[in-house]
Amino acid sequence: MANPVLDVRNLTTHYFTRKGEVQALDDASFDLAEGESLGVAGESGCGKSTMAFSLINQVQPPGRVVEGEVNIDGINAVQLSETETRNKVRWKRISMVFQGAMDILTPVYTVGHQMKEPLHYHQGITGDEAREKCESILREVGLDKEIFTRYPHELSGGQKQRVIIATSLLLTPTVLIADEPTTSLDVVVEAQIMNLLKGLKKELGISMIFITHDLSILSEVSNKLSIMYAGKFAELGDADKIYNNPKHPYTEKLLASIPRIHKDVERLERIPGAPPNLVDPPSGCRFHPRCTYAEEVCQKKVPEPRQVEGRKVACHFAGEVT
Amino acid sequence: MNAVLEAENLKKYYTVSQSFFSRMLGSQTKQVKAVDEVNFQIPRKNAMAVVGESGCGKTTLGKVVMRLLDATDGKLIMEGKDVTELSGSGELKAYRRTTQMIFQDPFSSMDPRFTAFNTLEEPMDIHGTGGSYEERRKIIMNALEEVQLTPAEEFIDRYPHMLSGGQKQRVAIARALILNPDFIVADEPTSMLDVSVRAELLNLMKDLMEEENLTYLYITHDISTSRFFSDSISVMYLGKFVEKGEVATVLDDPLHPYSQALLKAVPEPKPEMVEVIKELPITGEVPDATNVPPGCRFHPRCPYAQDVCKKEEPELREVEGREVACHFAGEVP
Repeated sequence: MANPVLDVRNLTTHYFTRKGEVQALDDASFDLAEGESLGVAGESGCGKSTMAFSLINQVQPPGRVVEGEVNIDGINAVQLSETETRNKVRWKRISMVFQGAMDILTPVYTVGHQMKEPLHYHQGITGDEAREKCESILREVGLDKEIFTRYPHELSGGQKQRVIIATSLLLTPTVLIADEPTTSLDVVVEAQIMNLLKGLKKELGISMIFITHDLSILSEVSNKLSIMYAGKFAELGDADKIYNNPKHPYTEKLLASIPRIHKDVERLERIPGAPPNLVDPPSGCRFHPRCTYAEEVCQKKVPEPRQVEGRKVACHFAGEVT
Repeated sequence: MNAVLEAENLKKYYTVSQSFFSRMLGSQTKQVKAVDEVNFQIPRKNAMAVVGESGCGKTTLGKVVMRLLDATDGKLIMEGKDVTELSGSGELKAYRRTTQMIFQDPFSSMDPRFTAFNTLEEPMDIHGTGGSYEERRKIIMNALEEVQLTPAEEFIDRYPHMLSGGQKQRVAIARALILNPDFIVADEPTSMLDVSVRAELLNLMKDLMEEENLTYLYITHDISTSRFFSDSISVMYLGKFVEKGEVATVLDDPLHPYSQALLKAVPEPKPEMVEVIKELPITGEVPDATNVPPGCRFHPRCPYAQDVCKKEEPELREVEGREVACHFAGEVP
């Protein structure tokens, strides 16, 4: 594998609330090569978004990155001050398309006005030069350049999402994080946006991190996949290996709970119970109260991620049960 | 056929209000044909899925069936009885007892100041059933157990904020069941929920179909769930059904260009698609509903459109075991 552009080591983020310390992200490690994409999947509240915010050093109080490194171009992003992060990391190296991005555009300014902002702040580019740059990137995402002078309410949901993606690409970031980029879009538009992102990955060689709870969408864009459960990586590795032959019991259940279009099923697989409260996560393996294969050791010992058939699995019985 | 619910040429048009000024200038009143000449029959213990993009009229159809909206024209027949014209506290109220709805958003369809008990008691209050407090409490306990909120004692006095999204939706299902209805309109009941919770709820709703003798109208944009949940499927586009038939027939081999495009767009967990840019036969979004294209409504987005499509509106006709509204059904690839 080529040199990784992003190298994340033991990233741990906790929220210090009055009710206790919420262990939202625990010991996440992965790397990403140029033009590679990582899909992050899991149920709501499993720490997917916390991970994204940790990567751009933007965890809101009472949250804090307690440990770990985010290495990009020789910089450790989590150690930088707010100003340094803004100057060195955000937009330029890691850019993010937020969840519900369509509501991010301010209704009182034109699209162009909002797109020019990062160019002005980061590179001092204004006026016609900025306009040209924006228009060319709008073409890149398949929009007409006249969108530049429009107001957000004149655009459809899909167009707004394209504008947001275009803006996030303005400073040619090395890594693009997309947090639920297609939730609330219709299937046809969703497929168009996914195609756009695939194309950009190919043409511009951008590395991407996709975050979503929908494993079906994720399979279309990720080379690598990480399944998160209760703030931890349950399984991490090549997407096709995980999809075709999951090794963690949680991954197995999650995949079986997806209804398929071209297959008749009598019952959908379900995962009994609910995700745990992360103030006081279960002892040992965090998945053990819901796991059908759980044994005594699972309650006592935290399973370390280990190499099983070409991917990392955090389960005591990985390779034996599924 | 022994249909529980039957719709004949059902129509619901909305009139778009216009300013005084434009009315004076004589501009024509605009109409949105949200539901336009829709026909269907749902047999007992069956579920019919209605799928389509947002703005295609699926929710309006559900509301018309519930009689929350009055149909502009057409007939709605429930158990052999015309219910289109029912009104008032007598007949309409009785109809509403047998027909219930599960709404999309459990986070906003429940009163935050009502406990699960209050939420479930209200329908009984309105319809004067259930008897004394103790008897009602017992009925509610049973209902909660039926939707697998067990132990029921633990959930009965909880407020919505003390329930998770999936649990709230279970209470919503219990609320729909409490009056022992025959027919349920489920409007995107799982779209706000996580995948694993979605699976649980769909399993539950399917079990209830057997146990409670229920018939469903299942409105969704999530086509993959309709394969699992429903028996028949209708694809809706700008107020009309463009294809309808058995779920397996339509989904495995769609004949209408719109159904084909819609199905192509649905993501499937197939990792080999990673580097492939999907071929999408249609572009753009659903056109403005006040200005429906002449002829076939789908022709501006259709890759196979010919002259005839711009002029003549295709009727639903039987092709290869299902009904399709396309001039070239069966001929296009």
